[in-house]
Amino acid sequence: MKARQAIAAAVIGIVVFALLPLLVPAYYATLMIPFFGYAIALLGFNLLFGYTGLLSFGHAMFLAAGAYGAAVIAGVFGIRSFEAVLLAVVVFAMVLAVPIGFLCVRNIGIFFGMLTLAFGMLFYSFLFKFYHLTGGDSGMRVPRMNLLGLEFAQYNKIELLAGPFYYYCLALLIVAALLMWRIVHSPFGLHLRAIRDNARKAEYVGVHVHRFRLAAFVLSAGFGAVGGAILGFRIGLADPEIVYWTHSGQLVFMTVLGGFSNFFGPIIGAFAFTLLQDQLQSLTQYWRFILGGILAVIVIGFPTGIAGMVDALWRPLWRSKT
Amino acid sequence: MSAFANVLLGGIFHAAVLFLVAAGLQLVFGVQKIINLACGSFYALGAYFGVTFIGWATQLGLSPWLIFPGLILAGVVLGVIGPPIERMLRTVYGRDESFQLLLTFALVLMFQDVFRFFWGANPRSLDNAYLIYGAITAADLGVPVYNLLVIAAAIAVAAGLGALLQQTNFGRILRATAENRAMAEALGVDVRRIYMVVFTLGAALGTTAGALVVPTAAASLDMAIEFVVEAFAVVVIGGLGSMRGALVGALIVGLIRACAIVFYPEFEVLAIYCIVIAVLLLRPAGIFGRALA
Repeated sequence: MKARQAIAAAVIGIVVFALLPLLVPAYYATLMIPFFGYAIALLGFNLLFGYTGLLSFGHAMFLAAGAYGAAVIAGVFGIRSFEAVLLAVVVFAMVLAVPIGFLCVRNIGIFFGMLTLAFGMLFYSFLFKFYHLTGGDSGMRVPRMNLLGLEFAQYNKIELLAGPFYYYCLALLIVAALLMWRIVHSPFGLHLRAIRDNARKAEYVGVHVHRFRLAAFVLSAGFGAVGGAILGFRIGLADPEIVYWTHSGQLVFMTVLGGFSNFFGPIIGAFAFTLLQDQLQSLTQYWRFILGGILAVIVIGFPTGIAGMVDALWRPLWRSKT
Repeated sequence: MSAFANVLLGGIFHAAVLFLVAAGLQLVFGVQKIINLACGSFYALGAYFGVTFIGWATQLGLSPWLIFPGLILAGVVLGVIGPPIERMLRTVYGRDESFQLLLTFALVLMFQDVFRFFWGANPRSLDNAYLIYGAITAADLGVPVYNLLVIAAAIAVAAGLGALLQQTNFGRILRATAENRAMAEALGVDVRRIYMVVFTLGAALGTTAGALVVPTAAASLDMAIEFVVEAFAVVVIGGLGSMRGALVGALIVGLIRACAIVFYPEFEVLAIYCIVIAVLLLRPAGIFGRALA
């Protein structure tokens, strides 16, 4: 994607999202909070999947690290500053990702997927079974936190989520996207793509394949933790379902829905999935069936996802103009 | 001592059911190189159908002696879902593994709502149906005969699969296709048909396991997504694509789970994944798997 097009798309997106809370009911504004959380997490996930070619089926463990980290730091230790919590959970998730990544990145393809799945389920059973530490299946409460030192005491939870927290998350997403744009367009990002396309050749020309894969894994963990902390803040709860393997599968689903070969694909996927799930849930109790059907159709017929479809529609227009 | 024997038998029973599902997973992976996340859904489908079958059987006043063979028959008949699903999977053969995983994940999501639609969201159980054949009591040890029948059935399936793969011409063709698809095709093997048969066989193994387990456990929406990770653990420990691996892996997982439940319940699932991770790290191909180049 050309930088000029990307900037245009990003600016339009930011303006639309900045105006959104003023135009739609508060419900839809709060619905966008999980979108922001997932979008940030998926930006990191796609560094691993789209750019490095490693499909993790346990990535939800880093979202859990974010949500449970927020619950521990804000709830147990009583540090109510969201910035401090974010910083702490990012560091925590990245430190956690180092040994796990070290063990996982030596494998690729199906074995990488299964190792990450096993680690994810290891976390799940830890969170689920060690009741006295983690609250078991009832989870841990994530208390309300202050943003930039401001309490917003006059706002109730919905107003906080639809107002200050909405813009806070939008800003976080912009920062995360800028950061990720820098990462994938740096020599480091080029290394990752070289590893994805031909790991052996990359090794011949002097790329430390394992080291770069590990770096991508650790970076993606940090983004995941930010996403998890946002999700935890919104629900006010961190429960073990967040790290169950189906949730990891859902992350892959969103990324493929949006299109993993496009920088903005994960963001589009998170948005489409959040809206789709909400609408389907209000429409029918059999929303999983429809979502599964959509996933099947995309995998079979449109593997480039929404971003790829839009791209295919736009390209002829773009060319005819110039 | 008898408590220990009970734990052991419980573990072996669980292993027998796990083996059936894992064998289906191994067969499909070995020949088609596809990891089927929906194998847990086949298992759950068998279980739900088993509940319905026993309901009919009691309504019709069917002799209890027909329940066990009837459940096996129900499971085998459910194999009919194999061909249409295989037809769908045909679109992703030869594409990236992630697409294959995702397509079977889509099936998992869809099956969840199929169960919800036909059988409701609440778990469906049968009261003490596993005692229909009574129990053998020796000293202070009581073993339901039904559980022994299931273990015997799993052993028979293991032996049958071994004979099928090693001693029949069809088994030779299967192994040849697993080894080298292109060469088998060049020699005149109808690979499409082989794939369809293999997938159907794999699905039938899963549904049969589900149908057999239902007299002892409730059929619930969670069982599909819970069981698939356990079956995964089995095939990873045993080695992907290896039948012997499925047998040994199932025994390891079944016995560890049974022991953990008694001695340290917190470690029930944790212990299994610790072993999975250890195996993947030390011997990525599994105990009986061959190293993939």
